[in-house]
Amino acid sequence: MNKYPAWKYAVIVIALVIAFFYTLPNFFGKSPAVQVSGLRANKADTALIARVQDALKEASLSATSVELEGETIKLKLADANMQLKVRDALQAKLGEGYVVALNQLSNSPEWLHKLGAQPMSLGLDLRGGVHYLMKVDMKFAVDKAVDRYVGDVRVLLRDKKIYHNGISRNDDKVIVRFKEKAELDKAIKEIGSQAPELQLRDTQDAGDFVLTAVMRPETLKKLQDNALEQNITALRKRVNELGVSEPIVQQQGQGRILVQIAGCLDPAQCKEVIGRTASLELRLVAEDQAVGQGRDAFERYRNEAAPFGTEKMIASNGEVVLVKKQIVVTGDKVTDAQPGFDSQNGQPTVSVRLDAAGGRAMLQTTRENLKKRMAMIMIEKGKPEVLTWPVINGEFGPQFQITGMANPNESKNLALLLRAGALAAPMEIIEERTIGPSLGAENIEKGMNSLLFGFALITIFMIAYYMLFGVISVFALGANLLFLVAILSMLQATMTLPGIAAIALTLGMAIDANVLINERIREELRNGMSPQMAIQAGYDRALDTIIDSNITTLIAGLALLIWGSGPVRGFAVVHCLGIVTSIFSAVMVSRGIVNLIYGGKKKVNKLLIGNVNWHKSDVSTAKAAKAAKA
Amino acid sequence: MEFFRIKKSIPFMRHALVFNAISFITFLLAVFFLWYTPLHLSIEFTGGASMEVKYDKPANIEQIHEVLAKAGIVGAEPIKFGSAQDVLIRLPVKQMENAESQNAAMQKLSDAVMAALKTADPSATNTKTEFVGGQVGKELATDGALALLFVCLGIVAYLAIRFEWRFAVATIIANLHDVVIILGFFAFFQWEFSLPVLAAVLAVLGYSVNESVVVFDRARENFRKMRKASIEEIFDAAITGTISRTIITHGTTQMMVLAMFILGGPTLHNFALALTIGICFGIYSSVLVACPLAKYLGVSREDFVKTDKKKESEPEVISAAP
Repeated sequence: MNKYPAWKYAVIVIALVIAFFYTLPNFFGKSPAVQVSGLRANKADTALIARVQDALKEASLSATSVELEGETIKLKLADANMQLKVRDALQAKLGEGYVVALNQLSNSPEWLHKLGAQPMSLGLDLRGGVHYLMKVDMKFAVDKAVDRYVGDVRVLLRDKKIYHNGISRNDDKVIVRFKEKAELDKAIKEIGSQAPELQLRDTQDAGDFVLTAVMRPETLKKLQDNALEQNITALRKRVNELGVSEPIVQQQGQGRILVQIAGCLDPAQCKEVIGRTASLELRLVAEDQAVGQGRDAFERYRNEAAPFGTEKMIASNGEVVLVKKQIVVTGDKVTDAQPGFDSQNGQPTVSVRLDAAGGRAMLQTTRENLKKRMAMIMIEKGKPEVLTWPVINGEFGPQFQITGMANPNESKNLALLLRAGALAAPMEIIEERTIGPSLGAENIEKGMNSLLFGFALITIFMIAYYMLFGVISVFALGANLLFLVAILSMLQATMTLPGIAAIALTLGMAIDANVLINERIREELRNGMSPQMAIQAGYDRALDTIIDSNITTLIAGLALLIWGSGPVRGFAVVHCLGIVTSIFSAVMVSRGIVNLIYGGKKKVNKLLIGNVNWHKSDVSTAKAAKAAKA
Repeated sequence: MEFFRIKKSIPFMRHALVFNAISFITFLLAVFFLWYTPLHLSIEFTGGASMEVKYDKPANIEQIHEVLAKAGIVGAEPIKFGSAQDVLIRLPVKQMENAESQNAAMQKLSDAVMAALKTADPSATNTKTEFVGGQVGKELATDGALALLFVCLGIVAYLAIRFEWRFAVATIIANLHDVVIILGFFAFFQWEFSLPVLAAVLAVLGYSVNESVVVFDRARENFRKMRKASIEEIFDAAITGTISRTIITHGTTQMMVLAMFILGGPTLHNFALALTIGICFGIYSSVLVACPLAKYLGVSREDFVKTDKKKESEPEVISAAP
């Protein structure tokens, strides 16, 4: 009686061993680190490691370890102070072709790393950092588009010599009035072919023929999606510049973007960088200063001042470009930029669309500057960067294509950057949270202290009250903690303070199951059952109740998971997982130990579960009393 | 060790009216306070801005008030937060047309506050700043209400399947009355009601429903064992039989919560507080309120036997009383 088959023990032992190894990395903690990766043509390799080590030596700094992992070099450092010094030194030494970022690396030994066991990452409230929720002003994006259509329609009607009685805008409708029906019909035909994304409707009003144009719903949706994507791209670019690893920039809900930078050392700087806006300029390249038509035409100006009337800029791939001071078109005239493929040779392209005014300026410029080059410049924080500088191959107006990208990925990036530079819809910070690093460390300490203290209290009570069965219960509770932390580490969950609170609360609730079992065993003993029978009955009968109670708790946990946000969701994840692990540990693990101790023995006189004798003499009388009442 | 050596069933049900009266009065009081002094909602729900400032010695709120007034900062309200050294300062937020300017204004305001505090006491450090737009707050409040609704419906549905609809209704009424009482406490003492507190309320709701489940479970068993007993006697026996386990499990959970309450710092303080109230009232209401309610709703032996056909066929370990 009360014996487990060998496989059940095996399951328990294997689960415990796996949980132990996956929990282990959390005890080693993380060290500050710096990671170096190459941009474009520059690759992180063994040669770069040598350069990095030389740079460290030169600045008389030291790293605990330098490793090449994939395409990044990772340097583990003694402390946060050293981390900053090393980053600055490497940044200065390696220059613009490399990204030097702050990071944290696990201290766990190599073999653990190879097992895939990694420590949990710490959330903002435990590490310090900034959290922003930004809302993209979609109305602005729509307004701008409608304004543009008003301009486009006006130019179109003028070009086609269609006479109208005034163009106006009402909310998101473009309204054109005509005196003659014939003019209206002509306009419908022209607008329909030039701007198929508009929905046209004609009505009559006070003797005028009125044409109303609105954007089609799919166009509107695409416009909004683009605005969001544009903003995310712009934000990501800016956040990357901060040189912190693993920043989170993602869409959250309709028209919202979440930005989280853990380990941000200077919140003011973070905010400044995030809140900044970029602009785009199209300018002619100063061909009169160029040497040849190659990409290195301006290489000789790398270390020289730019001649009069020109400006020296660095392209994103490191090339030097001299551009004229005069601006051809500014970013707000760019209405769209989409990646695509050339219909003739299949090469990746970017199709750019300008509004009517931009188109006119472009037409004039391209007519006069055929076979010359034009630079597309992104200006952020007063710092210009040439995105690309293609040759003007033809005379064109508001629609043109840029070719010469190496792969579709590059054309996609360029399109995104062009759109991002083209003043996307403005963003508004609607939620902001800044947590200092010292508060983070304090939160960890407080969370861990309460967890340990609570655990200790429960241990003392359980052992004093249930003796050996108390010890078993506490062991099961410890196993529960181990499983929970192991699963969270495997999932690479982010631990937050509410997460720690959830661990503590879940443990406090999980002991419930063992109390239920122990009480039930005592009761059965009191009712005169033999010890072995009592164990069996205690576990079996308590199981129903345990499952019931866990299901109701799980319902609450799921609700928090679905409707909770931010900190509450972290709480809910841990809570739900903890409920599941607690069923396993309270029932399987504790039963396993009990079986190991008592199982299979022929004669067990007494269970070490505390005093149950007081009742024995009263059993018969109490039962009799009950019966008499009934 | 053994705390509870109860030899006879305690006649809880005889005093059902008294318990109900107590519940009803506490409930009314809670509702009154919720109406009279509405919940002190954190800025997560209302929208607004706040900053946390830490001193190296206990902070003097009145002095901070004065310092801020002298610096010409209007509308900033400092309150004690967690430990004596921590102060939470709520900042007024004006709705601006333009996002940029609002953020800039916020930054300027918090900088001004810190500058003023630092001149008064150089040990003041800004540990945390928070800004939540009004729209986000409204959504959080709606989401919270939705979550509460889901938990209630989920639990009722589960209990209705597991037992019978009358038990489900009795349980949910008993436990919702706990929720109202927790909120009443928060309203009366003007403790800050934040997102973690909401999480605590929902967690404790799911948790204390257990007690009702345990008691009803035992009642079901008793209906089978004590065939001639009245409903009251069956509930009395069920409550008496489970009271030891109820108090011990709540006690152990409370040990964890107590540790968080004392050591967890300001963020976990109110979270633990809500749990404590929830746990205390949870014992009371899920046992002493839910059972009488189930009786008033008219549960009968048939209701148990009907939902319990499968178990009925199993051989019983203990024979029924004569």
